[in-house]
Amino acid sequence: MENGEFYRRDRAWHPPGFSLDYRSTSLRSPRRALLSLGQSPADLSGPVFGHGMLDPLDHDLIRNFGTGDEAIGERIVVHGRVIDQNGRPVPNTLIEIWQANAGGRYRHVRDGYVAALDPNFGGCGRVLSDAEGKYAFRTIRPGPYPFRNNGSDWRPAHIHISLFGQAFAQRLITQFYFEGDPLIAKCPIANTIRDRAALDMLVAKLDLENQGPFDHLTYRFDIVLRGRRSTFFENRPEGN
Amino acid sequence: MPVEPLNETPSQTAGPYVHIGTYPSSAGLNVRTQEKPNVLAAASTKGERIRIEGAIYDGAGSIVTDAMIELWQADADGKFPGIWGRAVSDFKTGLWFFETVKPGATRTKAGAAEAPFATLMVFARGINIHLHTRMYFADETAANAADPTLKAVAEPHLQKTLLAARATRDGQTVYRFDIRLQGEGETVFFDI
Ligand SMILES: [Fe+3]
Repeated sequence: MENGEFYRRDRAWHPPGFSLDYRSTSLRSPRRALLSLGQSPADLSGPVFGHGMLDPLDHDLIRNFGTGDEAIGERIVVHGRVIDQNGRPVPNTLIEIWQANAGGRYRHVRDGYVAALDPNFGGCGRVLSDAEGKYAFRTIRPGPYPFRNNGSDWRPAHIHISLFGQAFAQRLITQFYFEGDPLIAKCPIANTIRDRAALDMLVAKLDLENQGPFDHLTYRFDIVLRGRRSTFFENRPEGN
Repeated sequence: MPVEPLNETPSQTAGPYVHIGTYPSSAGLNVRTQEKPNVLAAASTKGERIRIEGAIYDGAGSIVTDAMIELWQADADGKFPGIWGRAVSDFKTGLWFFETVKPGATRTKAGAAEAPFATLMVFARGINIHLHTRMYFADETAANAADPTLKAVAEPHLQKTLLAARATRDGQTVYRFDIRLQGEGETVFFDI
């Protein structure tokens, strides 16, 4: 049984609140240490989302802006599995994604980047993982874009992704990148993560075996959410 | 099962355009416009109607106008799964709000009584991993005094950062909860 508390978050594996090279963190990172507490029912439970909330096109960003025409860009399918730290699938969990268009422009009232909007691309989608934790969505590869940081720094092509898991303690919002992109190593936001092995978890791998012939390239991106201790072993000093 | 737990996928900032994926109508997209994820009390929802509102301040005292805030609370009976919501800071004023019901008192796994509270998580540009805090109701004096989390916070000036003051406006009950990310009056954030 896995109904104990979640493993503590490894805060050295995640990016720290403050990162010198990502300037927006300087006034938005707490100075006091986080207060560590036991997990209560509020942390061990979470919202439940069902298929009822999904539109049939929510997982297809090439078509889901609803104009009847398709978005411009390099057509890709991203698929993978959501598992927990114990290697178990995380089924029926809501996955939300958002991204820039092929030119690197977001459809957002506050994005004034020079690249043109694509009239057929909104840039948001969502999907539920299946019983085995698998998910897939279709989109176009987003373009890189500059941002005001140290002069103009560039974001590598990336897709923002949000996951709920099955308890609020598993909540995670992150971004993933694309294998082989030289901008990843130069990006101050990607590099808020200090461990190369941790950053590598955010790089989607080209998956030629699952490619759609004459239709799209496929990328694979697997996700690991926090896992729970089993209460049965909880008191053993060596843990699980 | 692996002997060592796997590493968790690391966090990255939700960025300045978090609204597109989480509350698209607020970013100006003409999609999912019928969804109002910050209005949580339907006609059939049991409980006292309340509004929770506030602003988020950065370390220079400036109001943050690009954040997304999530709420998770027990229902009026103190039960989970409870009530979930999502709000965004107004792009001009920074004010965010939820229309919800007051949560009931809950118990820890060990059975200790908890004062009513709402969990809040803050996501924004410049926040590398979301910030987790709790909002308690300042008028629940006796329950707050016995609450294990508030007791763990100990110092009164830190406890104060977790308390929302009750007011009445146009006949509606409003709890005000400001979040300070850094510096003077910095909100207590948790590692849960
Ligand atoms: Fe982005």
